[in-house]
Amino acid sequence: MRMDRREFLKRAAGAGLAIAGSALGAAWLYDPRGGAEYFRSEENKKTASLKSYRVDRGKGAVEMTVVRGKDPEKMMRAGIQAMGGIGSFVQKGDVVLIKPNVAFDRAPALGATTSPDVLKAVALLCKKAGARKIIVADNPINQPEGCFFKSGIQQAAADVGAEVMLPKPGAFSLVKIGGEILKTWSMFHRPLEHATKVIGVAPCKDHNLCSASMTMKNWYGLLGGRRNQFHQQIHTVIADFAQMIRPTLVVLDATRVLMQNGPTGGRLSDVQEADTLVIGTDMVAVDAFGYTLLGRDPEKLEYIHKAEARGLGSTKWKEQNWREVLAG
Amino acid sequence: MRITRVRLISQIFFIGLALFFAFITQFSYLKGYPVSLFLEVDPLVAIASSITTHTLYRSLIWSLVILIPTLVLGRFFCNWICPYGTLHQFVGWLFSNRGPRGVKERLESNRYRKWFALKYYILIGMLVAAAFGSLQIGLLDPICLFFRSLTISVLPAVDMASGWIYVQPFVYQFAWVVGPILIFFVAMNLVIPRFFCRVLCPLGALLGLLSRVSLWRIERDEQRCDNCKLCLQRCQGASDPHTALRKSECLVCFNCLDDCPHGALGFSMLPSSPHHEVAVPDLSRRRVIFAGLTGLLFFSFSRASGEITKNFKKEVMRPPGSTAEPEFLERCAKCGQCMRVCPTNVLQPAMLEAGVEGIWTPVMNMKMGYCELNCTLCGQVCPTGAIQKISIAQKLGVGEFTDLGPVKTGTAFFDQGRCLPWAMDTPCVVCQEVCPISPKAIFSREVEIVNRWGKKITLTRPFVDPTLCNGCGICEHECPVKDYRAIRVTAVGETRSRDRSLLLK
Repeated sequence: MRMDRREFLKRAAGAGLAIAGSALGAAWLYDPRGGAEYFRSEENKKTASLKSYRVDRGKGAVEMTVVRGKDPEKMMRAGIQAMGGIGSFVQKGDVVLIKPNVAFDRAPALGATTSPDVLKAVALLCKKAGARKIIVADNPINQPEGCFFKSGIQQAAADVGAEVMLPKPGAFSLVKIGGEILKTWSMFHRPLEHATKVIGVAPCKDHNLCSASMTMKNWYGLLGGRRNQFHQQIHTVIADFAQMIRPTLVVLDATRVLMQNGPTGGRLSDVQEADTLVIGTDMVAVDAFGYTLLGRDPEKLEYIHKAEARGLGSTKWKEQNWREVLAG
Repeated sequence: MRITRVRLISQIFFIGLALFFAFITQFSYLKGYPVSLFLEVDPLVAIASSITTHTLYRSLIWSLVILIPTLVLGRFFCNWICPYGTLHQFVGWLFSNRGPRGVKERLESNRYRKWFALKYYILIGMLVAAAFGSLQIGLLDPICLFFRSLTISVLPAVDMASGWIYVQPFVYQFAWVVGPILIFFVAMNLVIPRFFCRVLCPLGALLGLLSRVSLWRIERDEQRCDNCKLCLQRCQGASDPHTALRKSECLVCFNCLDDCPHGALGFSMLPSSPHHEVAVPDLSRRRVIFAGLTGLLFFSFSRASGEITKNFKKEVMRPPGSTAEPEFLERCAKCGQCMRVCPTNVLQPAMLEAGVEGIWTPVMNMKMGYCELNCTLCGQVCPTGAIQKISIAQKLGVGEFTDLGPVKTGTAFFDQGRCLPWAMDTPCVVCQEVCPISPKAIFSREVEIVNRWGKKITLTRPFVDPTLCNGCGICEHECPVKDYRAIRVTAVGETRSRDRSLLLK
């Protein structure tokens, strides 16, 4: 049977539309770039940047307080009081990220993780200052749920109504760090995005490679990606952390100090009670002091000197405005 | 309410419960729930593992809850409780021609076929293998299949779509095999409804054999019956309710009661006339013997390959608390509960690493995860004691277990040709950092060397202390030499077997 005119026109129109459609589709999807540009474009991926969480408290403000005592809650209160009160750090409506070190699946007494009592003390102060929300977040080395549970941090957070944010894959994004080695890196960014204030609460620990894990090293726990490569230049990388983040405050939890077999510990005999908290705004100074609690000489701790050389803080805490307080 | 409605509620309840258990079998939700309950009440798991081990492990005694009623009521488990059966029934229903024109097709699809007897031969072969010490029922046991498929393939897929299941996504080797097996069995319902239940299920076969003595059964009143065969329309077991009932095939679904237009069918105690039933499945004696021989030969041929003796593989690292390999193969039902509950994803289904008998048994793959020091969850959920229920103290060898020493699952070895400080003048020792033992099982020596540019550098080079290493594998897991790690754990030194120990003690 021969095709009639109507049928012919219908088919011709159909074919024409299909051809035009394929041409438009191809033009829309067309990618003229070759290898070099392709790989370069990977580098230029969108990155987020961290804002500074620091507060300006004017000249002459106390930069560091060393608190001795037995009761973390009283110690935190007294220490912060000596620095002008919590109101000068956290204001009404703030969202505060508290970053403990929950890297390992350990009981609090083993000193491998931030003491839940200290975390609670910090969170209570923030609450008192009128914080709208408190987030507790870390990206542990061991399995996250187990770490938060066994370290007691989960319970502590629940006790004070803080939200624990677990390192789900969606919570990470590429962040501009601008360090000497860490230029951009995958970071547990979601809590930092939400937060208006950031407080690092780190245990004071021996470390097998970099000698000590304190408030600077604590930020390791907000990084993702291939962070097991950091060890190849550990001191430079830790100095990069000081460049990466400007926290509102850091607290060195030396209620217990992990003296040996760090950073994991594992036996009670690895731990010494030191009944000390060091609160400060300059991580380098806090860590320089903290190193003495491990019975070691801050002159020999490479990363704090690297950070100091970059102007990220001072290892000479004695020359700063600091206080020593007895509490509880 | 009609009895079929009650049955449907029961099925929905039990498949819901099974899915709920599968979901909560993880660190954050596991709060003493009996998450392995379905496996513990499974009479096939109980009977076959008592044949292999001559004992009935812990909660398996609960299988009497299913076994005893079966002796009275028949295969009610298959159509009232079994979640895998419910899945197949649902899919069969979904794809059946349910309209008035489909009657003929439906009658045909539920016709009994002689080869449905295959499941009995499968059961016999598996039980004979069990008698020699090889527990293979888990390959086809519907409860093991159901939970294994969920753990290895379905839940990771659900998580991919939703992010609801894990904090950090879990993956399983051979998910691409376990998943398609599930799809195949489910898809076979389009060819023959409840293909798996009618043709392959060894648990169904066992319950079919047991139901021989059951007192109650479907009974047809020949006065009322006009041989319309409409009772076959939705018959789940293809058990011929329209003629002499095949008791061993009847799943007690009661659909025939609903579908009989004359009210000729009922469920009654003690048959009024014995020729109204076929009490025993139609098995030929020669085929039974052949099936048994096949089971025996399967056992001999697989042991003849030496995979659990001389030729055991370094990759076969079993979870902490596992029994020695021969007993492990007597106990492991391949249900995958340990892999589900493992918080680090280190437990993976074996394909042929552990020999053909070890298909789907758990092995540790340190690329996927590592064994968390303070964790014994795998042994808590294991229904058969392949992984014994041990405490943390026992795993660590402390307190009252000091004399036994820690449970070791293998030993770590450095590959000095790939290790950064050993081969490439580059600092690292991540392995030492993450070693959870105190004092650390990885120690180091500082060496001062002159590098290729003439610069003096100090390197920290790691070593393993085999007396302390428990084979947890976190060192291997965290090693930055990602593809083929510079420190690797192998099975030697595991405490579950003296034959595989490393050091003289």
